[in-house]
Amino acid sequence: MAAAHDNDAAQKGGFRAWLNKRLPVDEFVESQLTGYFAPKNFNLWYFFGAFAMLVFVIMILSGIFLAMHYKPSETAAFDSVEYIMREVEWGWLIRYMHSTGASFFFIVVYLHMFRAMLYGSYREPRELLWILGVLLYLALMAEAFMGYVLPWGNMSYWGAQVIVNLFGTIPVIGPGLVEWIRGDYGIADSTLNRFFALHVVAMPFAIAFLILMHLVALRQTGSNNPDGIEIKAKLGANGKPVDGIPFHPYYTIKDLFGVGVFLLFFCGVIFFVPTFGGLFLEKPNFEAANALSTPDHIAPVWYFTAFFAMLRAVPDQQLGALIMLLAIVVLFFLPWLDRSPVKSIRYKGWMSKTALVLFVISFIVLSYLGLKPASDLYVILARIFTAIYFLYFILMPWYTSVEKTKAAPERVNYHA
Amino acid sequence: MRNAFALIAAGLVLSALSFSPAVRAATAGLPGAWQDWQPGNDISNTASLQRGAGNFMGYCAGCHSLKYVRYSRMGTDLKIPEDQLEEMLSPGSKKGDYMLTKLTAADGEAWFGKAPPDLSLIARSKGSDYVYRFLKTYYLDEKTTNGTNNLALPGTAMPHVLSSLQGAPILKTVKKDGLDTFDSFEIVEPGQLTAEQYDEFVRDTVNFLEYAGEPVKAYRQSLGIWVMLFLSLFTALAWLLKREYWRDVK
Repeated sequence: MAAAHDNDAAQKGGFRAWLNKRLPVDEFVESQLTGYFAPKNFNLWYFFGAFAMLVFVIMILSGIFLAMHYKPSETAAFDSVEYIMREVEWGWLIRYMHSTGASFFFIVVYLHMFRAMLYGSYREPRELLWILGVLLYLALMAEAFMGYVLPWGNMSYWGAQVIVNLFGTIPVIGPGLVEWIRGDYGIADSTLNRFFALHVVAMPFAIAFLILMHLVALRQTGSNNPDGIEIKAKLGANGKPVDGIPFHPYYTIKDLFGVGVFLLFFCGVIFFVPTFGGLFLEKPNFEAANALSTPDHIAPVWYFTAFFAMLRAVPDQQLGALIMLLAIVVLFFLPWLDRSPVKSIRYKGWMSKTALVLFVISFIVLSYLGLKPASDLYVILARIFTAIYFLYFILMPWYTSVEKTKAAPERVNYHA
Repeated sequence: MRNAFALIAAGLVLSALSFSPAVRAATAGLPGAWQDWQPGNDISNTASLQRGAGNFMGYCAGCHSLKYVRYSRMGTDLKIPEDQLEEMLSPGSKKGDYMLTKLTAADGEAWFGKAPPDLSLIARSKGSDYVYRFLKTYYLDEKTTNGTNNLALPGTAMPHVLSSLQGAPILKTVKKDGLDTFDSFEIVEPGQLTAEQYDEFVRDTVNFLEYAGEPVKAYRQSLGIWVMLFLSLFTALAWLLKREYWRDVK
């Protein structure tokens, strides 16, 4: 129907025909939206990709306005943030959108990644789609870390100190590398200034490019779905998948509803609990950076604490940093670790199900432990759950190939 | 899936309720360990904020600044009449100025051993609860240079400047598991205010400092209710639209 419509427009002439002769607008809409068929059985988990896109737009827009008033200098940064909070028209709203957006970015990205693990969305033919996603996650981590330093609060300062020093554990080049990153012998004005440049120019470009690649790869393979079967395997008389529906209008309208629900949460935090009990905006960060006063307890923001707990679980700092790095690097290999004949958790055996549950629990517990001071009990717990985290990946080739699976259906499960 | 959304919505409402000041106000009392005391202040109470501003100018502004707050902004937010605002200005200040103390950092250091900190963000960096406990846990202590000490900030350089109001409190302890543990305070030399009045005084002051920490807070919350109502309506309409569009998906 959409194609016929396009032909009409071309024949009729007028501005639309003029435009399409020069810029393939209709063709693009047809290939990417109205003619792109997505499985009809998407559930709740399939909202989070669209949410991540929305948060990205929110971050770019609010970031532009913040950059108009923020001053990246050791002496002026903290004051300029308070200036934005108090004297810039709607500055408080822009700032809270950005600070809340940072945490929400990770919430939706974590749920988006969990969805891929749940339904095997990383499996052949979507390995590259998954790898591009993990690269996006890495870029997001770098972007969030540098953004966190910019308000130049005391936790920004000391958090930067701890995290940048991790690069110093790299053999031979470590100490020189740390100096090169900071541009000084300590976290200083030069560090703040370059983090600003990277945060507002370099990383957003990198993230935008990776998002584009992620979407192009998605259009190439088509979406997976909760049943983990390929809808392209069953085509109708029109050559389109029988279990697919056009992305627009079906999923654009459905996502519009999802966006409403998302914004209820997002604005609920912005307007009623912007600090989220000290998790999204930490108390020590309402004090300006002070090289002479270390906060009682230095911890990164909640979205990094799982990895921070792993770092502290290892007595040797060099080894700890390596474990932390491996915890992320192992994600790249996920497509080849899973040997199950089925993709979706719905048809996998009890071992896969148990493993995924344990993995999620270990990530949540580690995130919690990373927020707390490293007491003896917490370090022991961190070791146990770090082991579980890695066992999920290390044992995957074994438990996915020996367990008894159910047969995946021919057609997707969908009940209107 | 509809159930999932209903659950999420219910959770949202509950969490919003648990953070509202009304729930916190119930625990404003004095008994119990001082670490659990809460001011139970309410930043939407303008009269309390006005009294707190007066308290601050009378008892704190001599040494402490609010370097991010302008008199004029405070006057507008707290509905302080122009002529009264004029009277509140520290000598030589104009209405558009930031609320800065006349005490220089050097003098502060010479007199107290440490320059009195700016208090613009004290309620955000330490919390209103901390400020309340700090102002309520002074006691006589001969071991310190200024003769007073504090439970919330032991060894503080700040003397008990509010003792003319509260009186002179001494610390009563009891033995618990062999350790001296906080029991209560006893006013050995009465001040100008009764215990209830002093509590009110501190609570208003804490309320004002919470305002100073984030002047837009009360407006943010009142605006937030309209934002949530709008979004609820938007989401409901989007749901109806989705249902209509998806009618033909079998």
